[in-house]
Amino acid sequence: MASGVKPRVKSPKTASAGEVVTLKTLISHPMESGQRKDSDGNVIPRSIINRFTCELNGNMVVDVTLEPAISTNPYFEFEAKVDATGEFKFTWYDDDGDVYEDIQAIEVA
Amino acid sequence: MKLTRRDALAWGLGATAVAMLPMRAFAAIEDSIAEFTGGAEAGSGDISLDAPEIAENGNTVPVSVAAPGAVAIRLFAAGNPTPGVATFNFGPAAGSQSASTRIRLAGTQDVIAIAQMEDGSFIQTAKTVKVTIGGCGG
Repeated sequence: MASGVKPRVKSPKTASAGEVVTLKTLISHPMESGQRKDSDGNVIPRSIINRFTCELNGNMVVDVTLEPAISTNPYFEFEAKVDATGEFKFTWYDDDGDVYEDIQAIEVA
Repeated sequence: MKLTRRDALAWGLGATAVAMLPMRAFAAIEDSIAEFTGGAEAGSGDISLDAPEIAENGNTVPVSVAAPGAVAIRLFAAGNPTPGVATFNFGPAAGSQSASTRIRLAGTQDVIAIAQMEDGSFIQTAKTVKVTIGGCGG
């Protein structure tokens, strides 16, 4: 499942020093749980995103381990403390080895 | 059909196996919690778990957890085929030890959140969510 995976991130463009900002991420992915069966009764193999990380200037904000119980199109909302101008790096790791990335800059006014 | 002694025994075994099923699911959740806590007892504390009381669709149930001072929070769904849901590890740049996501629930069950605190202790909370349509697709 490497086609049509599109990460979407909502993060503020500016913040004041030391401010806590809310980040929202969504990535389109079927998150096939490995529990479902197709019309012939065969189990559809598991294919999910198993890890998601967010870093700010190389410092980890959150590192999430995902299990098949996470819904289709995994959504995460969390908070980060911004001390200096830099960029957020969002990374999703797929079961099939693919890595999806998104980078958002943030400026400390 | 005449009920022989052999048949009766087979039926009895079958019934026992069915009765064991919920027990097995219960043991699975215990095992996965023990795997996270290393067998330590999880007490109560400053941890909050927000989930709807009734979820119409088990495919996307919004949940959010918060535990100030936690280094990691793990979510469990006690009634799912695999009880683990997600683990949030918070790094130095985290603004708060809280997160929201959307999860799948196979049916009405308890959602459990366990947080590992900075001092290595564990605290937990749970919430029952009623699910109208299960999210495992049979």
